[in-house]
Amino acid sequence: MKAIVSVFARDRKGITAYITAILAENGINILDISQTLMQEFFTMIMLVDLADCPLDFGALQKLLKERGAERGLSVHIQRQDLFDAMHKV
Amino acid sequence: MSYLLNSDEIIETIRMIDQQHLDVRTITLGVSLLDCAADSVDVCAGRIYDKLCRRAEHLVEVGEAIEREYGIPIVNKRLSVTPIALVAAACREEDLSPLGKAMDRAAEAVGVNFIGGFSALVHKGFTASDRKLIASIPETLATTERVCASVNVGSTRAGLNMDAVREMGLVIRRCAELTADRDALGCSKLVVFCNAVEDNPFMAGAFHGVGEAECAVNVGVSGPGVVYAALQDCKGQPFDVVAETIKRTAFKVTRAGQLVAREASERLGVPFGIVDLSLAPTPAVGDSVARILEAMGLEICGTHGTTAALALLNDAVKKGGVMASSHVGGLSGAFIPVSEDEGMIAAAQAGALTLEKLEAMTCVCSVGLDMIAVPGDTSAATLSAILADEAAIGMVNNKTTAVRLIPAIGKGVGDTVEIGGLFGRAPVMPVNAASSADFIARGGRIPAPMHSLRN
Repeated sequence: MKAIVSVFARDRKGITAYITAILAENGINILDISQTLMQEFFTMIMLVDLADCPLDFGALQKLLKERGAERGLSVHIQRQDLFDAMHKV
Repeated sequence: MSYLLNSDEIIETIRMIDQQHLDVRTITLGVSLLDCAADSVDVCAGRIYDKLCRRAEHLVEVGEAIEREYGIPIVNKRLSVTPIALVAAACREEDLSPLGKAMDRAAEAVGVNFIGGFSALVHKGFTASDRKLIASIPETLATTERVCASVNVGSTRAGLNMDAVREMGLVIRRCAELTADRDALGCSKLVVFCNAVEDNPFMAGAFHGVGEAECAVNVGVSGPGVVYAALQDCKGQPFDVVAETIKRTAFKVTRAGQLVAREASERLGVPFGIVDLSLAPTPAVGDSVARILEAMGLEICGTHGTTAALALLNDAVKKGGVMASSHVGGLSGAFIPVSEDEGMIAAAQAGALTLEKLEAMTCVCSVGLDMIAVPGDTSAATLSAILADEAAIGMVNNKTTAVRLIPAIGKGVGDTVEIGGLFGRAPVMPVNAASSADFIARGGRIPAPMHSLRN
């Protein structure tokens, strides 16, 4: 299953490193990544593949949310299909 | 395979959900209860309870899983059933409220907040069972929490059953009196239809028609906040741009609904019925249909131009949504419930939005006079006459009209009824003081219009 991970936070060093390490620990492959600064807000969007992730979706969602919160990051994961459905004809 | 990540689109979607109230308003599981018929009301009630608990066992759990995985809120999970007057036709007893109570218990057991279908279809005439069901509505709505009732009193093909119209005025008053201590909550759960649809997923008018399959998943989408936000970028632009913008937005919203409907259907093992392309407001700020009309350039909803603005909105929502879903149905269009829409409430309180203007607006929107509080001393005949006017609009224009009126017992113009929750609050609106009693006393049928003869 492919999913979109989105990370929002006030910009500072090490956010990408922190999040991608968590993904790697859980067998998640990053297929594409995009990051921008909107005013002072860091926004990172990743397309990831969950094929080798041992956790079920709910557990992964909870883990990302909790680990993100430890560093003041808002981290969400959603299945990719929603974005495809809404924006592609 | 290339992985194209369009972060603008992703951020747009996340913003729609987080800031503009994009949600799927309801997954409604329609269940046929025709096989629950019995000659005893208690046996029938037992069968209804058992069947609903079995069929809807996983509905809430599946809805919540989809919500989590896709990150899109699914606000309500609900049930609709075969009109109970049909299911109860063989029952010997006069009082059919035990069937409503069984529906209520089943809804509670499976965790849904509403169940629709305590209904009768009497557009051409009453069966004995229809009469018993209608007589049982006030008691049922006063003693249950989740049950919704509806009665279809007319259609373009059959004309208007004016005996039913007269009866429903009395039933609405009785519902208001029995729930007077709860701001006439009973009336919020009772819809009087003309041209009722069989696959409507929205409450309070949902029922599972006899032309439907054993079970079906119907989904109602929403998103007034998303349309409102999109229109902020077209200030001063011609209507062509406004219509295009609404169509584009409705497409995206409906695609989200279609995705949810497909997933729910697969996971529940139940055929997908329809997506209802509706802009359904809630009392939350930023989730209002009235504010969309105002964003088109009206100082306040209800002023001159409101009907034209609503006509454009209703049409553009359908045109945008229809390509986004494989099967479209239900009521599909813009809803204008007064108490459930923050902008409508404000416009009514300011005196800009009147009952007469709302009636005109219902000629071009998807439903009708919805969630409107009227003075507590409004007579049953006047309520019936309001129902007749609205049903006539539906009959002649070949569209669904629905009426939910709330006689605010003990209150008058200037007061507000606080129904609470999704039903919101409604300022009491004045009705015409002149009598319609002799008109309503006639009874009989108003013949179907000429254009009903289409064969």
